Amino acid sequence: MEKNNPKGYLYLLPAFLFLGIFLVYPLMDVFVYSFQENYNFASQTYTGVGIYNFRYVLRDPFFLQALKNTFLLVIITVPLSTGLALLISLCLSSIEKLRDFFQTVFFLPYVTNTLAVGLVFMILFKKTPYSDGFMNLLLNAFGFASVDFLSGPYWAKMLVLCLYTVWIVMPFKILILTSALASVSQQYHNAARVDGASRGRIFWRITLPMISPSLFYLVITGFIGAFKAYSDAVALFGIDLNAAGMNTIVGFVYDMLYGRSGGYPSYASAAAVILFAIVLTITCINLLVSKKHVHYI
Amino acid sequence: MNVTLQNLTKKFPNRNKKAGGEVTAVNDFTFEVPDGQLIGLLGPSGCGKSTTLYMICGLQAPTSGRIFFGDRDVTDLPTENRGVGLVFQNYALYPHMTVLQNILFPLENLKGKDRPGKEEMRRRAVEAARLVQIDSLLDRKPSELSGGQQQRVAIARALVKMPGVLLLDEPLSNLDARLRLQTREEIRRIQRQTGITTVFVTHDQEEAMSISDQIVVMKEGVVQQTGKPQEVYDNPCNLFVATFLGTPPINLFDGRVEKETLYIGGEALLPVPGIADQAVTVGIRPEGFVPEEQGPFSCRLLRTEIMGRDVSFVCTNDACRKETFRAIIQSDGTEQSHPETVRFRLKPGKVLLFDENGSRLRGTNHGKE
Repeated sequence: MEKNNPKGYLYLLPAFLFLGIFLVYPLMDVFVYSFQENYNFASQTYTGVGIYNFRYVLRDPFFLQALKNTFLLVIITVPLSTGLALLISLCLSSIEKLRDFFQTVFFLPYVTNTLAVGLVFMILFKKTPYSDGFMNLLLNAFGFASVDFLSGPYWAKMLVLCLYTVWIVMPFKILILTSALASVSQQYHNAARVDGASRGRIFWRITLPMISPSLFYLVITGFIGAFKAYSDAVALFGIDLNAAGMNTIVGFVYDMLYGRSGGYPSYASAAAVILFAIVLTITCINLLVSKKHVHYI
Repeated sequence: MNVTLQNLTKKFPNRNKKAGGEVTAVNDFTFEVPDGQLIGLLGPSGCGKSTTLYMICGLQAPTSGRIFFGDRDVTDLPTENRGVGLVFQNYALYPHMTVLQNILFPLENLKGKDRPGKEEMRRRAVEAARLVQIDSLLDRKPSELSGGQQQRVAIARALVKMPGVLLLDEPLSNLDARLRLQTREEIRRIQRQTGITTVFVTHDQEEAMSISDQIVVMKEGVVQQTGKPQEVYDNPCNLFVATFLGTPPINLFDGRVEKETLYIGGEALLPVPGIADQAVTVGIRPEGFVPEEQGPFSCRLLRTEIMGRDVSFVCTNDACRKETFRAIIQSDGTEQSHPETVRFRLKPGKVLLFDENGSRLRGTNHGKE
């Protein structure tokens, strides 16, 4: 093959153009806006350049709430969903009967509309004048008092949001992990048994390292996905997330642009850049950790 | 430690579930592997030899029969507690571990007082690596090794915990011809050096004959014959064993016995005292032919192939079961003439007779030559 063939670049041009116009340019723009004070879309004017936007956003209680919510969501749901998905995948790959059935069941949330799932969670958790919701009926049956999950205490709302997120992201993880487990040849398992390894040791020393690339992929995309959470919160708590105290960083950005208190592209850009910095940092840490623990074969 | 197999039987459900029924992979296998010997399990593919091996190491449970290691009944003991070493056909080295980690793994799995200290483990792993001459490759990953090196790592990993029994599943089949020859010597050397009872599965009869103390010939799950390689070769109990052992293979002819004399195509070849008159299958080893001007067996010579020390005569005879047959003659170095027909005298010990069922017919003068 001839390298540096100019024709090659020609073929890449359409993709470059699209990416440039709709992805790279806006990305640059966001960085620029985040340093321009009081930028105005309509008049294309701004009053100064500096880090004022960041200072403002970092002092905004709604942003701090969103930051806290997002971090909690990430810290709880990423390990929980990945761990549960791994457990379920291991169970799935060790059964023979009904495996297809269970695989279908676990995959259902993936093909279900987010808002439809939100509706189901409403029915499960929402307190109405007529019923306390299915979960509360269960709690009552065990002798506990009803909890207003969707507009009650913060921990209850967080619990529902986390459950919802875990449930939504699990099918994809199960799908990836079951195929990763299936690709680990049975002979390594046999060899490890001959070498005297117990089931637990086979899992930690053989199976886990061999599926580590898939697991790592899921952790990275899981972190990024959870940091970008927004629609899940909307599906559960409606569009006024600040009022519910359940806003996320992406939600804050949206509100700053288009929400009831919107019209502040500079603040929105600053928040977006902060989110970018956080995701970048976390991903870099992930990559560093993975160097030691992920085995590409 | 000797290994005793008692009426070992393994049945698998038929793959075609609708047809039902079972496939018997190993049928009523009884054998004792004496302590410290190297045993070759030999047979064509699908004869149940690998299944037998997997039953010895516990990866497959026998349908019936018992397995003993020494006096201990291990039939129901799970693999991880049997303390066997197994070298898989494609080695099954853990790809994410280095050579050293691969060899250390069986030691790290030891529990309680059997578990050596860290330094001791390393020492033993390096010792095992040295035994198979890979101690310079300890930090490599399996993917960075050649087939032969991987095979050595697999042997080191199987040996490092000093197993009571070492099992080798077609260990040479993934190596090229030259390496195979070298490695089989190596396996023999290591086995002698360690004195570990070893069972070795192969479909290559040359491989099995060359390094085994005893061979077990199997066909369709049934043991055909056991014994020292040379004994089995010289004295096969049936047509299958006779044709399976030997390269080039034994030559088969249609013949008959009349009045205690063997005839092939009307030519009286040999006296065969003690064998009743009947049609027989005559097997003649390639080395059983001696060219002689007045020899009783006449054949048409197609060509000769000179293979260094020996000359191979490719001949035809109407009674031969195949188009051509091969006679291997020791070459005396002089240029051979190539007549159209050659006459052979036959060495009686190299002529084997079988009845129509393939069972060996033994005359009264058996074993004289």
